Amino acid sequence: MPSAKRSHRVGIARLSPCCRIVLAVAVWALAACQSAAANDGIAARDERLRQRLSQGVLRWGGDAEGGAPYQLRDPHDPSRVIGFEVELADALAEVLAQRLKIPLMAEFVQYQWESLELGLLISKDYDCIISGFEVTPARRENMLFTRPYYTYAEQLVVRADDHHINSLEDCLDKAVGTLAGSSAERLLSARGVREIVAFDGQIEPYLDLELGRLDAVLLDSIIALYYASINPKLKYVGGVTDPGSYAIALRPDDVDLAQALDEALGVLIRDGRLRAIFLRWHVWNDQQSALATGEDRSAQLAGLGFTSDGAPAADVADITPADAVDIHIIASSAQLWTIRQYAPLLLKAAGMTLLLTVCSMAAAVCLALPICLARLYGPAPLRWAALVYVEFFRGIPLLLLLFVLYFGFSGFDVQMSAIATAIVGFGLNYAAYEAEIYRSSILAIPVGQWEAGQALGMTHATTFRRIILPQALQTALGPMTNDFVALFKDTSLVSVIAVRELTKEYLILSRSSLKFLELGLLTAALYLCMSVPLGYLSRYLESRFKAGR
Amino acid sequence: MSTTSTPLISVVGLCKRYGPRVVLDNVHFAVKRSETVALIGPSGSGKSTLLRSLNALNQWDAGEIRVGPYTLQADMAAQRNGAAVRQVRRLLGMVFQDFQLFPHFTALDNVAEGPRQVLNLSRDEARTRGRELLDRVGLAAHADNFPHQLSGGQKQRVAIARALAMQPHGLLCDEITSALDPELKYEVLDVLADLKRDGMTLLLVTHEIGFARKAADRVVMLADGGIIEEGPPEQVLDAPRSERTRQFLSRVLA
Ligand SMILES: Nc1ncnc2c1ncn2[C@@H]1O[C@H](COP(=O)(O)OP(=O)(O)OP(=O)(O)O)[C@@H](O)[C@H]1O
Ligand SMILES: [Mg+2]
Repeated sequence: MPSAKRSHRVGIARLSPCCRIVLAVAVWALAACQSAAANDGIAARDERLRQRLSQGVLRWGGDAEGGAPYQLRDPHDPSRVIGFEVELADALAEVLAQRLKIPLMAEFVQYQWESLELGLLISKDYDCIISGFEVTPARRENMLFTRPYYTYAEQLVVRADDHHINSLEDCLDKAVGTLAGSSAERLLSARGVREIVAFDGQIEPYLDLELGRLDAVLLDSIIALYYASINPKLKYVGGVTDPGSYAIALRPDDVDLAQALDEALGVLIRDGRLRAIFLRWHVWNDQQSALATGEDRSAQLAGLGFTSDGAPAADVADITPADAVDIHIIASSAQLWTIRQYAPLLLKAAGMTLLLTVCSMAAAVCLALPICLARLYGPAPLRWAALVYVEFFRGIPLLLLLFVLYFGFSGFDVQMSAIATAIVGFGLNYAAYEAEIYRSSILAIPVGQWEAGQALGMTHATTFRRIILPQALQTALGPMTNDFVALFKDTSLVSVIAVRELTKEYLILSRSSLKFLELGLLTAALYLCMSVPLGYLSRYLESRFKAGR
Repeated sequence: MSTTSTPLISVVGLCKRYGPRVVLDNVHFAVKRSETVALIGPSGSGKSTLLRSLNALNQWDAGEIRVGPYTLQADMAAQRNGAAVRQVRRLLGMVFQDFQLFPHFTALDNVAEGPRQVLNLSRDEARTRGRELLDRVGLAAHADNFPHQLSGGQKQRVAIARALAMQPHGLLCDEITSALDPELKYEVLDVLADLKRDGMTLLLVTHEIGFARKAADRVVMLADGGIIEEGPPEQVLDAPRSERTRQFLSRVLA
């Protein structure tokens, strides 16, 4: 059980003293758990797992923006996610359900690929990562990995008419595209390639290569298969290099589940189900023999489609199952998807955008008033505090704020949902701007209005509430509406904390179908439908109040 | 009226400086109940400063101000919005040169707002009082108009009604006709003459020498930090004793 052994190798050296103590306790507890498991055996572990999975779902994190063959939108129904890892997760849940005799379903959790580790470890939005997640020494220090479920390798791709680049060595002073945060990117920098262009999506590097903005692209061979091999303007150079492993990552304390998934993978390898998934997705190749390890290696090899000495079994590679996916799946998405299929998805995401914007603005508008009052009329310490608030939240990027709010407070008891975090983050940030708008609007009211109120015998507070504030709000309405419109667009930042709003949905759909323009126009139209009426309202109100002066 | 002899307002030794500039230098001054006093003087002589002090809209450096039973001491910052200040403001209404109507309220609500917020009248009571006062200044038909829909003279009459709504004993008016076209001045001056007839105490800063001559019981000439001359209008305006007054009048009347 390799995963059980790995749990001892949590990267203690890198952590702060406080974390080290916590970890030491955790490691001790883990050791205690393991010895307990050894004592009362598998039955006790299975009982703990039944408790652990009593909700009937195994939540796994991935990014459907990633695309084929990992996870992508179904060309026949863009509301569904398909991919070889989706089938793997479903099969694993099935094996676990049988073994534990409980109902269990795999549930895909959409996440930003770069944040998958944070979503697992810190906000605990899912139980495990299954997302082309490479096993690296650094990751092993923080997470528990199961045995590998796939052996990947890197494939260099150039333009078909390029005769100068024949290997990675020819690329050292060329512009090479790859995926941000991938092992291919790490490989390129380790080899000293000078100009590495790292993208968020896997289609973009190949598009740029085709357009001549890049000289080569290095990515996992199964990505190349879906995005480059089908493109006659591109060609593979050299064989695959630098193999590595994808495995399922779990939290370090999730030993029971890690062991169970590890065993379930063994089952899928031996009984040929994993091979069937590979074949259906065209990702079976002779490097997969490396997946067979341990005592019953020959049984595993057989299940994977190899002879006992590791050679491919007779014509397994030529078998194309009847239900194999179309290798042109991305292109067929573009053809099959109709506006009636994806418009509802975009509309739903636009609903999320609207919800976020309205709630955040409401929060900001309410919060801004006390801040502005403190800044204008508070005693010195309060005035300073309000000033610091305004400068702080105006001065830091929203993205940073959202990230810190979502992942930075996980040690505390309050665990906010991603949507709540987004509303709090936007609310805090925009309150700083609204407070300044209030402030300048209040200061713009002529001092004579204060005097007129006071000459009637009103107190300061009454004068403010009845005379000054209503006029200031009228003045503030125009600039506030402008901020409202700006907030519509700013909400697209929340995809970093895995809220699926309009822009993220657009990115996912367009990367699954390459309908960048068509979907982009529709998305833009949705944004405009929300923001243009607001802009008009703002101008109307402004002109009305100007006439009233 | 028996109270006519006791002063409603008395100013004792008022001093006011702006930086090195002495604006009011030990001013003594009183206004009896139901008296109409016209305050005249060259620009910058401190007329507004004196008037605003009576409503505690600016501070002063020495001296005290007595209004009815209330006394305001010099430059007590805490008093600026204290209870005594608010009582003084209730006794003395203020009308401004530039109206300072509340632009977000109708004429009626402008008048009713003070009684509602300060006298705690119900909405209906306050509006009834508002209507009566608008009627009194001849604006019953404009109750629902917003300030920007009114002419200057109408605005100033709403402002007078607004001050009257607090049922003050006296009214402080700082050049309330000088922002108005000549033909509109009379509607405002007529209202003032009306108030005078009803026994309202009026302290008017004005350049309307004709109106002062007709309506004022007393004219006070302020210049160079103090009261240069005071007396009945026919004396101060027609036969001034001080050269300074004569100079000023010749310039105003020219
Ligand atoms: N807030 C202030 N800061 C500094 N100086 C001021 C301030 N207010 C008034 N002054 C000065 O005090 C003096 C008296 O001003 P005040 O407004 O009382 O004069 P006034 O007699 O009303 O003049 P006018 O006939 O022009 O209205 C002027 O010299 C003016 O410049
Ligand atoms: Mg003045």
